[in-house]
Amino acid sequence: MSAEAAVRVEDKLYLNRYLVDAGRAHIKVRPHTTPSPQLLSLLNVCPAHCYEMNSTGQVEIATDGCVECGTCRIIAEPSGDIEWNYPRGGYGVLFKFG
Amino acid sequence: MIEERFDAIVVGAGMAGNAAALTLARKGLKVLQLERGEYSGSKNVQGAILYSDMLEKLVPDFREDAPLERHLVEQRFWMMDDNSHTGLHYRSDEFNEERPNRYTIIRAQFDKWFSKKVQEAGAVVLCETTVLELLQDAYGKVIGVRTDRKNGQVGADVVVLAEGVSGLLGTRAGLRKTPDKSNVALAVKEMHFLPQETLEARFNLRGDEGAVIEAVGTISQGMTGMGFIYTNKESISLGIGCLVADFEKTGQTPYGLLEKFKQHPSVAALIAGSEVKEYAAHLIPEGGFKAIPQLFGDGWVVVGDAAQLNNAIHREGSNLAMTSGRIAAEAIFQIKSRRDPMTKENLALYKKMLDESFVMKDLKKYRDMPDLLHIQAQNFFLTYPQLVSKAMTNFLRVDGTPKREKEKSTFRSFLAARSLTGLVGDAFRLARAWR
Repeated sequence: MSAEAAVRVEDKLYLNRYLVDAGRAHIKVRPHTTPSPQLLSLLNVCPAHCYEMNSTGQVEIATDGCVECGTCRIIAEPSGDIEWNYPRGGYGVLFKFG
Repeated sequence: MIEERFDAIVVGAGMAGNAAALTLARKGLKVLQLERGEYSGSKNVQGAILYSDMLEKLVPDFREDAPLERHLVEQRFWMMDDNSHTGLHYRSDEFNEERPNRYTIIRAQFDKWFSKKVQEAGAVVLCETTVLELLQDAYGKVIGVRTDRKNGQVGADVVVLAEGVSGLLGTRAGLRKTPDKSNVALAVKEMHFLPQETLEARFNLRGDEGAVIEAVGTISQGMTGMGFIYTNKESISLGIGCLVADFEKTGQTPYGLLEKFKQHPSVAALIAGSEVKEYAAHLIPEGGFKAIPQLFGDGWVVVGDAAQLNNAIHREGSNLAMTSGRIAAEAIFQIKSRRDPMTKENLALYKKMLDESFVMKDLKKYRDMPDLLHIQAQNFFLTYPQLVSKAMTNFLRVDGTPKREKEKSTFRSFLAARSLTGLVGDAFRLARAWR
């Protein structure tokens, strides 16, 4: 993905309200050395661009901007690549309009 | 948390959950509704169009105090290529009626109103509470839920799963499978604010009149998808959605598609100068009739998006959600009034009643459309829009070429792209799936 597109989605997320549950990520990526095709696809498919490749080639997640759509669950939970839960009650994205 | 037992627990406070909780509470059942958002609506995303008929069955006088945006008088379908669109518009003054048929709404606000009705009917509504799992007895019968509150177990005779499209609880308990990526679409949406008079001038609207644009074509880059523009009172809901499997295959980004849609010359002028106030994303069930899972079992029923009840052709989701929630509640009430237990056998009544409603009849009618559109995506969402655009420009542009030659060239472009067998086949397949 181009750096330009990444910047744009962050600008979009900045408009949203969140109550971040610090230290309790509701989605976890299973530790891996080489990411599966499903995990790699999340780098582009996630509408909040929560998934990023680190410098050693693993896919990591930062859930702070997650809009809780569930797309990554549909793609990568069946293969066991991620563990997916809803945030604790009251936390996460708080839509003003929805 | 709550020591007492309930007749029914409703998980989720979207359209289906609110319809179910409202109906159950009005019938005098002891209802607990659990919602993970800070209020009903704070996690819910929709375009959104509300159909009056299905809401009237729940709240007949909803027009008196529901937060409605605009009643729709105009529908535009656009077939787009990169620089143009070919449109079909339908506008009728007859939609300016005393009890309009369709409205645009803003879900976070609408759901708050809907939830108030649920509370007034006597249901206990507990927000900021995430349900972690279904409680099942040794025989697999659902007997309650475990929430993330302290001592968060609650028991009930029946659990209504209105948990939304992804359906975490039901799938985790093995009641149904997680929706397949080729049967759900991911839609992203922005809220664009404009001064009311600017919006009304751009869309040719007076008073509370509203317009809807739904668009297919090169905007989805060959994926099965659709763009939409809905007019609210002083904002525009603008978004685009495509099948998750297509996103995965193509590597397109949802926000990249959204930006391109916004930059399209036919769209850019409509939103010029707007202030964007929110960016949301949501999944939409697209599998239709064939993707509907088991809808009931011992101690549970599933309603709304969680049951994949969405008519993708008519873009009706929330009214199927409201109707399935209401019907499930009515079935539960009937069983309860006979003092029968909430067994799978008895709860089959919900499915029977749903089969007799428009919900299942409509979904059955279009049961072959998802396959057709999902498999033929390239043709229906890329090739044909480009061909139609070429035909239109050929028809309209005057450049000294004799008309007969222009027509021939148009016809040749269709043949070259799809061949005669392809064209006839597509028409036949479409007709067969539609009938």
